[in-house]
Amino acid sequence: MSLKSGGAVTVQADSPVSAHRSLQNERSFSARRFILQWEWLLLLLFIVVNVINASISPNYLVFDNLMHAFMVFSDRAILVFPMMMIILMGDIDISIASTMALSAVVMGVSYNVGLPMIPAIVLALMVGTTCGLFNGVLLAKFKELSPIIVTLVGMILFRGIASIMLENRAAGDFPSWFRNLGWGYVGRVPIVFIFIIVQALVFGYMIHFTEFGRNLYAIGNNETAAKYSGVKTDKIRTIVFMTMGLFAAISGIFLASRMGSVRPSMALGYEMDVIAMVVLGGVSNLGGKGRLIGVVIATFIVGFLRFGLGIANVPSQVIMIIVGALLIVAVIIPNIKATLYGSKWHKTIIKKRKGN
Amino acid sequence: MTKKGTIRYICATNIRELCLFGLILLLAFGVNVRSGGSFLTAGNLNAMFVDIAILTILTMGMMSVIITGGIDLSVGSTMALAGMVSTSILRDSIHAQGIGIHPIWVILIAICVGLLAGLVNGILITVLNVMPIITTLGTMSIFRGITHLVSDGRWVLQQDMTTEFLAVATENRLLGINNLIWIALVVFVINFYFLGYSRTGRKIYAIGNSEESAAISGINTKRITALTYIVTGGMAGLAGVLFVARFAAAQSETALGYELFVIAACVLGGVSIAGGTGKVHGAVLGAILFGMLNNALPMLRISPFWQEAIRGLIILGSILINALVVRRANRKVIERRVAA
Repeated sequence: MSLKSGGAVTVQADSPVSAHRSLQNERSFSARRFILQWEWLLLLLFIVVNVINASISPNYLVFDNLMHAFMVFSDRAILVFPMMMIILMGDIDISIASTMALSAVVMGVSYNVGLPMIPAIVLALMVGTTCGLFNGVLLAKFKELSPIIVTLVGMILFRGIASIMLENRAAGDFPSWFRNLGWGYVGRVPIVFIFIIVQALVFGYMIHFTEFGRNLYAIGNNETAAKYSGVKTDKIRTIVFMTMGLFAAISGIFLASRMGSVRPSMALGYEMDVIAMVVLGGVSNLGGKGRLIGVVIATFIVGFLRFGLGIANVPSQVIMIIVGALLIVAVIIPNIKATLYGSKWHKTIIKKRKGN
Repeated sequence: MTKKGTIRYICATNIRELCLFGLILLLAFGVNVRSGGSFLTAGNLNAMFVDIAILTILTMGMMSVIITGGIDLSVGSTMALAGMVSTSILRDSIHAQGIGIHPIWVILIAICVGLLAGLVNGILITVLNVMPIITTLGTMSIFRGITHLVSDGRWVLQQDMTTEFLAVATENRLLGINNLIWIALVVFVINFYFLGYSRTGRKIYAIGNSEESAAISGINTKRITALTYIVTGGMAGLAGVLFVARFAAAQSETALGYELFVIAACVLGGVSIAGGTGKVHGAVLGAILFGMLNNALPMLRISPFWQEAIRGLIILGSILINALVVRRANRKVIERRVAA
């Protein structure tokens, strides 16, 4: 007797007594699949960007300079990992830049009113988490609303609250130690670099090696199926959006520390950069597909690309064009690959999602 | 049963739009009383409806995209690009020949630029299967960047434009009503017929309800979806050049963030982001409500720094109320079926 269900569970016909079952949950190694990995292309792109940068400026490939380049895009890099979790679930969050602005403004205002710095920072973290909670609860309670529209409201509302608090003024005069948060070094390595390395390790562990992380993939692949398999989708969605809010606040604090002051218009347009980094990293915006290592490489590609173009005096609007084009190309290439190599799964997903 | 075509039938099927219309009237009279009668004057209404006209033109395009289940975040950038390209050509023609090209050419050039931008979006979305939000997020910054390259960082100012061109948005009034309002009215009537009664328009709704079923029924879903983006691009081009004519300046920051206003107007007007639902007159009422808020908040002497948050709250309130109303309606339908 042979019972096959989708090739996953095979009851071996030649051992009828023991009915030995082999649950096939590991795909066998395939050289073609290994070579065709998205991450290799990213690595190549990363090397190309660095070679070009190094040829533009002879001082580029100096350790201190690279660390400085990293500092410039560190506030975006902080946002990339929680955003990856959101996109893995098939959602999107375009309110992150406004969350950053609101939490940093709350911190600045409360410090200027007389609150000590540490409680002000804690308050900012709480505000950021609350913003995430707002998005998460709305999405969990109102399933018919799409993440785009909910976070669009958040985007308008959070920055609106920030501009009520501070109008068009800036708040600042932070204590001198606070400045070191963004500009400080441990040895020759910036504090923020260490923070992001730790963050990447923690998120990598969470996404790839815990039940929580696997549930994200399950939700992204098929939310209904995940729900009926006992995954608490609402709870996970709320937690993920709260995490996003928390890290947006952290990023806002680092940015405030580097700029020395806060204003309601800070961090405009960050959401697009961050989404571009995640999607370029091979995380499918349909949800359920992508690896952290790709996102890390993509973050460095976009960051160093911006830095290099800045060295070469390319105007910021041209950088806008390049990043925008990169975002679209990053989605086109896997689609073309899917067409060429016939990844049936990917095709059906595209079809199904477009049908929704 | 109420018969089709009777007033009662029309009221019953347009309950949401009637509520919206009532809300607009209520708000208008409320604001009028609070501002001491300066809101409902001919001058202010004319100025307000000129702003609403531009928003309406964009909403008419955007709603067809949203009905298919997509979204277009690039309309603000398309407006800037079309406005910049068309008026740059106008300026160059003045410098080259001493006499500028006719305003109708300027508008046509802008519409063509918009159509091209929409075509780019449409091809990316339908042929290359890129999700609408990612595509238009990308093209949003690409078009804005191209606008900057075209303009070379300079503005096109009033002295670079012909008086005939500026008159498009300011004078030439028919019945004392501004040209822009007439243009918006024409766009509305065409769109009302197109989406509500033409074959292609109904196909757009079919795609939004279920793309798979639409494809199986023999609708060329890709072509129709691409068409909605192209039309939206064209509308954005038209709105962009009218925007430039109204404010007598084209720059690379023109209409920054305008896409959010347009989406908000659609959502207020009852066009569901999930696709498949939304009426043309509802969307117009949404645009009027949103435009009225923009006009009324300063009149009530509300600080400009409060306006963004108030706008956010109103959008939030309206989408939540809409969701609850739809839920209630669906439950009623099920209850009726169970009872029957």
